[in-house]
Amino acid sequence: MRYIPSIGMEVHAQLLTESKMFCACPTRFGDAPNTNVCPICLGLPGTLPVPNKKAIEHVIRTALALNCRIAPVALFYRKNYFYPDLPKGYQISQYGEVHPIGTHGYLEMVVNGERKRVRIKRVHLEEDTGKLFHYLPGESEVDYNRAGVPLMEIVTDFPPDLHSPEEAKEYLLQLRAILTYLGVCDGKMEEGSLRCEPNISVAPEGAPSLGVKTELKNLNSFRSVVRGIEFEVNRQIALLERGEPVVQETRGWNEESGYSFPMRTKEYEQDYRYFPEPDIVPIQITEEWLNALRATIPELPLAKWERYQREYQLSAYDASVLTADYETAMFFEGCVAHGCEPKAACNWITVELAGRLNEDNKRISDTPLTPAHLADLLTLIKNGTISGRIAKELFDEVYQTGRMPSEIVRERGLTQISDEQVLRAVVKQVVNENHDAVQKYRSGKTGVLGFLVGQVMKATQGRANPQRVQELLREELERI
Amino acid sequence: MELHEYSLLELSERLRRREISAIELTEAVIQQIERLEPQIQAYITLTPDLAREMARQAQARLDAGEWNPLLGIPVAIKDNISTRGIRTTCASRILQNYIPPYDATVTARLKQAGAVILGKTNMDEFAMGSSTEYSAFHPTRNPRDLSRVPGGSSGGSAAAVAAHMAIAALGSDTGGSIRQPAAYCGVVGLKPTYGRVSRYGLIAYASSLDQIGPMTKTVADCALMMNVIAGKDPLDATSVEVPVPDYREALRADVQGLRLGVPREFFAQGVQPEVAQTVRRAIDQLADAGAIVEETSIPMVEYGLPIYYILAPAECSSNLARYDGVRYGLRVGAELGHIGMMERTRAEGFGDEVIQRIMIGTYALSAGYYDAYYLKAQKARTLLRQEFDRAMAQFDALLCPTAPTPAFKIGELISDPLAMKLMDVLTIPVNLTGLPALSVPCGSVDGLPVGLQIIGKPFDEPTVLRIGYTYEQLTRQ
Repeated sequence: MRYIPSIGMEVHAQLLTESKMFCACPTRFGDAPNTNVCPICLGLPGTLPVPNKKAIEHVIRTALALNCRIAPVALFYRKNYFYPDLPKGYQISQYGEVHPIGTHGYLEMVVNGERKRVRIKRVHLEEDTGKLFHYLPGESEVDYNRAGVPLMEIVTDFPPDLHSPEEAKEYLLQLRAILTYLGVCDGKMEEGSLRCEPNISVAPEGAPSLGVKTELKNLNSFRSVVRGIEFEVNRQIALLERGEPVVQETRGWNEESGYSFPMRTKEYEQDYRYFPEPDIVPIQITEEWLNALRATIPELPLAKWERYQREYQLSAYDASVLTADYETAMFFEGCVAHGCEPKAACNWITVELAGRLNEDNKRISDTPLTPAHLADLLTLIKNGTISGRIAKELFDEVYQTGRMPSEIVRERGLTQISDEQVLRAVVKQVVNENHDAVQKYRSGKTGVLGFLVGQVMKATQGRANPQRVQELLREELERI
Repeated sequence: MELHEYSLLELSERLRRREISAIELTEAVIQQIERLEPQIQAYITLTPDLAREMARQAQARLDAGEWNPLLGIPVAIKDNISTRGIRTTCASRILQNYIPPYDATVTARLKQAGAVILGKTNMDEFAMGSSTEYSAFHPTRNPRDLSRVPGGSSGGSAAAVAAHMAIAALGSDTGGSIRQPAAYCGVVGLKPTYGRVSRYGLIAYASSLDQIGPMTKTVADCALMMNVIAGKDPLDATSVEVPVPDYREALRADVQGLRLGVPREFFAQGVQPEVAQTVRRAIDQLADAGAIVEETSIPMVEYGLPIYYILAPAECSSNLARYDGVRYGLRVGAELGHIGMMERTRAEGFGDEVIQRIMIGTYALSAGYYDAYYLKAQKARTLLRQEFDRAMAQFDALLCPTAPTPAFKIGELISDPLAMKLMDVLTIPVNLTGLPALSVPCGSVDGLPVGLQIIGKPFDEPTVLRIGYTYEQLTRQ
């Protein structure tokens, strides 16, 4: 029997703001415990929350980018429960069907060459809690650095539009790209600034209703999300095949073992006693404000992806690598604006640059490299001023120092040697010094030509024009 | 007349004229506290050393030629208003040893003006109560009759001002907690418009109703205090950006042509006939002075108490959730795991009245009850507000008693919580509507003070103060 998975996605994105949702504390990740705290985010008696306007704008912009209906008024509620990591005994959050900033939206993506719409149920704003640690038996420690950090929750609509792990992955990739394009979230799943909790069910093809769903937690990377969902889909299908029921539960994902395990079986309905937060007055979202925010939304990843293929004749793959994050796309567009040939720029960005960044675990903005540097380099190559090999070495230096390639070339005389007299002298010398290779060539093993070219390049410190060298070598060898 | 017996206005004039020093004034008040505090017990925490130091600093500023009406004036602060470095208990065991690391905005403003802080005054635990008997530490006695309560919850501040153990004080008012004790102790108390004074640093009871206000010897003193504490605060999102007038300018002994409404419902509601008579006499005096007085009606007033006792406990159940023993305050049962510790801490840290209100509020917000209680009460609150708006449209202010009876005996109502709550029946509607209201002493019944309540339009404290000031001047001798 064929089974159809249905996947709902609940994503929490930590918003990129300087300060927390309701106080002036920094949102920095990784500082010593309880150093980014103040009376307000510690919930000391008498303190009051003052909403961070930037956070609200981030959520509105995201909701706009996800084609949502925007609520005319942003309302906050109190979600009441007791837990040591919750300083006030309640979390300030938006709530329900009517009150989130964004509702009734959708995200568009392309899977297997087909365009697909994933409906978004809501986009809302809330504050994060602290973090509880248990080091020793009978003791717990709490770090409130994260308490009050603004979080955006993005939830897909029901019944789910996502029906395979690949679709879920593409959804998450597309969503992350949108968030980074908007500059509202850095999208780092490993650091927890983007968290995803999918709920998964499977049902036999043609079944009138969805199957029993499980919710998956502890997915700390893209890889985990895909593997976790795949595992869960297969686990549920196996259960159904054996005639066993799927239990509604929350399951945790263990990335090392590659298994999900039950965390909480009997989901008991907690009563959060939501009521309107009296300390915050409702915030009017005016048409003017919306228009101003709308104007700040850049061309989104899917539109860019299509345009790159259309305008620059790039492959779907190249376009998707370039548009996966905003910084790369903008770097590429900068190169094109500086007159680079798009395909050449694309190759350098997706191979050389991406390789170096990956090795160093850096972003483009962490390096001194600018589109002007790459454009300069590509011009040197195109004009035949430098060889490809020199270009690669130069790139390395430019990547590290931020110096202009043409300047380095001028300074060190790295200009490519195309002069026939100079090259022929070197070629003769190489032929004289490599009897064995020459013999092989003459016996018909013309493959050694590459070796001989290499020897010439070596003798010229890579500055020889490889095409000319090849031609001259052939001439010389034929002559013998 | 002893130094501590003068009004704030008179003392600030004398300080300005350098007839007295801030140090000598503070010393006089501290001596008065030493004399009377053992019987009255208006304070939870006294800070005489700090007061002397602040007086010295104030005098240095005066010596340097600086002056403002509060510079060098000894004041008391209710113990639910945060004071940096000074224990702030809310009269609760759960905060018995809590020392705030920051100042409430009003505290900061008083300090900036140069007021001298004498200490923190007694109150009903978390401001829930009408007699100050629900303090976890001790009751406060009414300086006019030591066998009686000073009212509540700002009973300590009212008693301190009435007994000249402070020149002025800050209180907080959620359902009448400034006005009712002011009436019982024969002092002036103003609950400003909701949003007029920052709540930042006021330990919340019911956030949508709480408001800080002055408690003083005279209406003029009240205006001077308001000049310092009123105004938008970036730390309180519910404080309102409305220009702050100079409240001293409002002090004109003149009600000529003012239209004053007398809502008849405020004279029913279990109001003792002698109290009603006393208040009506005061209203007649204002009419004689040229005010146009008319009867009016606000039928929804009768729902004030039930609305309040849904909404206030609902908010309190959430506001008091933070006292869990994790970060500050009392911690009991650390060995029981975090759930056990929270339960024990809260069970032992809160008094019965507080626990009762948390329970009521928790039920009112629970799934299945929310619509029937919380939501309905919110709707009723809107209707009440609309009725007040209609009434206020025809008048410059409304006049009525502050409390249905004068101060009752200590212990008299402690076993009758409903009767106790009825003491707030005339003040609660004003919190529900957010309007400003002043209580001014207007005579006595059996030697006990009675308060005249003057309710104004939103942010129209000037008119309210002007009416109160006029009445005070008419009855001066």
